[in-house]
Amino acid sequence: MLLIPCPFCREDRSEEEFSCAGEAHIARPEKPAELSDHEWGDYLFMRTNPRGPHRELWVHTAGCRRYFNVLRDTVSYEVLVVYEVGQPPPDPPGGDES
Amino acid sequence: MEISLTTVPRVRKARKRSRMSRTNTSRAENCDEIRSGTTDVRRLPVEKYSLFSLVKHGRRHHETWQRAWRDPSPKQSYDTVIVGGGGHGLATAYYLAKVHGVQDVAVVEKGYLGGGNTGRNTTIVRSNYLRDEAAHLYDFALKMWPGLSQDLNFNVMFSPRGVLSLGHTLHDMREIERRVNANRLNGIDGRMLDTADVQKQVPLLNCSPDARYPVLGASWQPSGGVARHDAVAWGFARAADSHGVDLLQQTEVTGIRVRNGTVEGVETSRGFIAARKVACVAAGHSGVLAAMAGLRLPIESRPLQALVSEPLKPCLDTVVMSNAVHCYISQSDKGDLVIGAGADRYNGYGQRGSFSTIEHTLEAVCELFPSFSRVRMNRHWGGIVDICPDACPIIGPTPVEGLYFNCGWGTGGFKATPGSGYVFADTLANERPHPLAAPFTLERFASGALVDEHGAAGVAH
Ligand SMILES: Cc1cc2nc3c(=O)[nH]c(=O)nc-3n(C[C@H](O)[C@H](O)[C@H](O)COP(=O)(O)OP(=O)(O)OC[C@H]3O[C@@H](n4cnc5c(N)ncnc54)[C@H](O)[C@@H]3O)c2cc1C
Ligand SMILES: [Zn+2]
Repeated sequence: MLLIPCPFCREDRSEEEFSCAGEAHIARPEKPAELSDHEWGDYLFMRTNPRGPHRELWVHTAGCRRYFNVLRDTVSYEVLVVYEVGQPPPDPPGGDES
Repeated sequence: MEISLTTVPRVRKARKRSRMSRTNTSRAENCDEIRSGTTDVRRLPVEKYSLFSLVKHGRRHHETWQRAWRDPSPKQSYDTVIVGGGGHGLATAYYLAKVHGVQDVAVVEKGYLGGGNTGRNTTIVRSNYLRDEAAHLYDFALKMWPGLSQDLNFNVMFSPRGVLSLGHTLHDMREIERRVNANRLNGIDGRMLDTADVQKQVPLLNCSPDARYPVLGASWQPSGGVARHDAVAWGFARAADSHGVDLLQQTEVTGIRVRNGTVEGVETSRGFIAARKVACVAAGHSGVLAAMAGLRLPIESRPLQALVSEPLKPCLDTVVMSNAVHCYISQSDKGDLVIGAGADRYNGYGQRGSFSTIEHTLEAVCELFPSFSRVRMNRHWGGIVDICPDACPIIGPTPVEGLYFNCGWGTGGFKATPGSGYVFADTLANERPHPLAAPFTLERFASGALVDEHGAAGVAH
């Protein structure tokens, strides 16, 4: 059971109050019409899916209902950093993808 | 190539193995040779499991059985290296060697054979998928199950005891009916059951109208059932080994060497192994392997949980699934209830899973089967499943020449084990997708031709 500190509610709450919206920092291409099918498919479907620190988008569904980013380790499940959308992604400790 | 979608290929041997020669080496000496586990040991004829061999070794207190497979040291190079010693990887190796005569093959497994999802799943076998592409692939696999024990000379305990998929709402029932109709058009034995039929099949199920999850009906596939997961891994392993495949356990792939867009081999915890072709069949760890070759896959890895109870007297002689409440349950031949839950809602590689997920499933089981609320649970575990956006597998080549993947089976690939190995071996040997695998290449994520099976794959199973 994860305890996630919501940066808006400023409380550690149970994972059941939240929904995970997947990998964070996937920017929608500015001109989709100019992309090849492979580039568009890449944007829509391809994921890094790392074993180790992972940047994710979460929403406090049963709380303030606001979105924020989480840097979480997918092996130890430790929530490393919680930060607001629009902030630069923090560097995972010990480099990317362990 | 013309292939029939309804008949199963009779697996032919590419080359006849030399008949067991009657030398005067005693069986005990043979065993010692095999136990020593070096590659330069001459391959010994593999003894057939039979009533005769059972009696023979029984008289010697079962101390004279051959090891089921060798434990060779890695060679410097192989024609094909298969990464992942689960059911799919082992089946791929077996069919490569047996059907295509490619015997210079190694299966590289970081842990022990079948220790991944193959040994962790709830063993449901069925083929009632909605879309033609998926239905053809899964039904091809389903038709291989009845002959598998004979073919492998290993009892995989396939038990076609039927699979029920419950509907609890009008919407569920419409979806189920649509799927059953689609199945019938594909020659799959789907059937609709009403509440009374379901109650007759499963007397312990709470079918009363005021149940928390009222049972409005179900789909029923009588040719589905369960099989013994470990035996599937062991049977394919032993058969592959007997055809000359090297099974390298405790050997982790730590890198994939690529030069000028072509694969050269794999770095492992036991050194570099060169290979003309590298085939990754690593389920939840496929993304990790793809990253080693600089690729990304449309896959997210999540724990899927299951548990078994203490053994009970026979009380459930079929498989009951419910997508709506995220549970699937059967009773093993030992008598334990085997219960599967949904996948976690976020990525993870911890083979345990979220507590709220399993709690949710057990709440549902107790509503569906009130008498099971008193049953004590024995063991609980998780496996890391590789979930694809369309709940269908990815089988085929990658942008790296010579590098292939067979993954994305997610929560439901056990049932496909023989078929997956068969079509993947064919794909590798002929360097083009097997016709049944053609709709499932990575290309579909560029063309947009996804095969949406979220309904039939449901949550799990
Ligand atoms: C709880 C649970 C219930 C399930 N229930 C069902 C069901 O009822 N019916 C059904 O059809 N399917 C079910 N499934 C899905 C099914 O188990 C899988 O789809 C199937 O077993 C996958 O087989 P595989 O051989 O591809 O993967 P695995 O058996 O996971 O094999 C992959 C292997 O690759 C190895 N590996 C990974 N990385 C490396 C590396 N770097 N180097 C070397 N080796 C590596 C792993 O150790 C592992 O042994 C279930 C899964 C789970 C977890
Ligand atoms: Zn909040």
